[in-house]
Amino acid sequence: MVSTAVARRSTLPGFGLTMGLTLTWLSVIILIPLGALFLKTSELSLDQFWNIVTSRRTLNALKISFGLSFAAACVNLVMGTIIVWALVRYRFPGRRLFDAIVDIPFALPTAVAGVALTQLFAQKGWLGAPLAELGIKVAFTPIGIFIAMVFIGIPFVVRTVQPVLIDLDPEIEEAAASLGANRWHTVFRVILPSLIPALLTGFALAFARAIGEYGSVIFIAGNLPNVSEIAPLLIVIRLSEFRYADATAIAVVMLVASFLIIFLINRLQRWAQARIPVH
Amino acid sequence: MSMQTGLATSTTQLRSYAPATDVSVAAPAPRLEIVRAEPVAARQNPRTEPGPIRLIIIALAITFLSVFVVLPLVVVFASAFSKGVVAYFAALAEPEALAAIKLTLLIAAISVTLNLVFGVVAAWAISKFEFAGKTFLITLIDLPFSVSPVISGLVFVLLFGAQGYFGSWLQAHNVHILFAVPGIALATIFVTFPFVARALIPLMQEQGTQEEEAAISLGASGLQTFFRVTLPNIKWGLLYGVLLCNARAMGEFGAVSVVSGHIRGETNTMPLLVEILYNEYQFVASFAIASLLAMLALITLVAKTVLERRLDEAEVPDGD
Repeated sequence: MVSTAVARRSTLPGFGLTMGLTLTWLSVIILIPLGALFLKTSELSLDQFWNIVTSRRTLNALKISFGLSFAAACVNLVMGTIIVWALVRYRFPGRRLFDAIVDIPFALPTAVAGVALTQLFAQKGWLGAPLAELGIKVAFTPIGIFIAMVFIGIPFVVRTVQPVLIDLDPEIEEAAASLGANRWHTVFRVILPSLIPALLTGFALAFARAIGEYGSVIFIAGNLPNVSEIAPLLIVIRLSEFRYADATAIAVVMLVASFLIIFLINRLQRWAQARIPVH
Repeated sequence: MSMQTGLATSTTQLRSYAPATDVSVAAPAPRLEIVRAEPVAARQNPRTEPGPIRLIIIALAITFLSVFVVLPLVVVFASAFSKGVVAYFAALAEPEALAAIKLTLLIAAISVTLNLVFGVVAAWAISKFEFAGKTFLITLIDLPFSVSPVISGLVFVLLFGAQGYFGSWLQAHNVHILFAVPGIALATIFVTFPFVARALIPLMQEQGTQEEEAAISLGASGLQTFFRVTLPNIKWGLLYGVLLCNARAMGEFGAVSVVSGHIRGETNTMPLLVEILYNEYQFVASFAIASLLAMLALITLVAKTVLERRLDEAEVPDGD
């Protein structure tokens, strides 16, 4: 463990002090509060925990959160690849502006994104009105949740893949071309495979973010139990009903899921490092 | 995460291989910047796609970003000013709005300051010394990035709520944490915890310890070494971390929403007020507050781009 770590001979001062402060602050702000979550859950019997997690409303909320997040991450994967390709490989007027625009979902507070997307896709909104004429209702339906998740996820794929595509060795492509591969083959058999670890990492990051997302989703969601109610919102509802145990159990399921995703991302990155020779 | 550092290098290294003239027709031309002359690699066709495919890809990228990213931003300002400039400023001058702005600034000041100190301290311990479990420690610092905002608020309710572990003690001693400034600050600190440390650790690791060791061996004290040697080297990285930390602190919604209690004029931050006003159909007022937050986001993005340039310039030419 960290606390027993010994600084290797370094002439610099302050290891004990800074490490002590770091561990104290980390414990107070992060570890003890997260510990409280697991402590609270441990007060439940396994049966109780299982009953909460598999109750119809909870199960539906989890399904909605995980299912729509997965769908949104898939769209982000495809559109993110297209955007990153355009930004890195082509030159067009406004390219640098659009490059900067990609970061807006990172920077815009989630509540602002939430009300803006709702206004945009509401029945009388700029996009909602034409869609309504086609018979498509977006706001206050699961489609709205999906749209909000696509919005917040897009920078993850673009920013993860972008540096890898930029650093890709041009010689590989030239070699493929000179060996007679047509462009289609070069892209799909040579370039995309070497982007796979970055693509999957971006996908996982977007997926994880969408599962936990609250602010940008709840305005457009409609929040109908079993239909358009996401898991984070159900936690908030249970808390307001003082059903702490219920809220905690749902939180633990989500937390474990996101830890699994982080673990997966770490493995992916190790795999990527092992695969791509450093040049 | 490599993303953080990846961001720093992504914008400046972009190379392009296709002539700009081919595609200028496809761009719907919303306020275009001047395309700077960049070193266009002299590699020819084996590295690009046929013209029509190029056009389709660019059109798809531009359309997607315009519809899903730019349009929501435009809606914020259009709705805020939909009843005119007077109504806009009247909404911002409401006592409730002013209280929310003040609270947001206060919370940001508290959480950025504390995380700034922590970030520097943690980065010093992690980047200047070798010890077992370093990777694990960095993972722990990163943890808040992967916790849902709602859960970040929930944990403090479990600790300090009426039924929480310290709830009865707090009540007995008349200490208010939840539904008050301390709770909002704690939740915000939790959510913004990794930003400064994550901006500094890779930077300080790259810079090594030689300069500091030289200063110490010449007789400087630890603090002198930090302020005279380390700080000038990391100032842009530090500013970068503070910038992102501040943007998140002012914009945080989920975590704060859980611990705030939504007491009007008292515990509503700007994002919470956006929600309340929107749910009351006070759209102009809601979007007026939202427009301030959107401007904060835009200023942050511009400042971030400038800082990334600085960081790239400061970087030693890498020879990997």
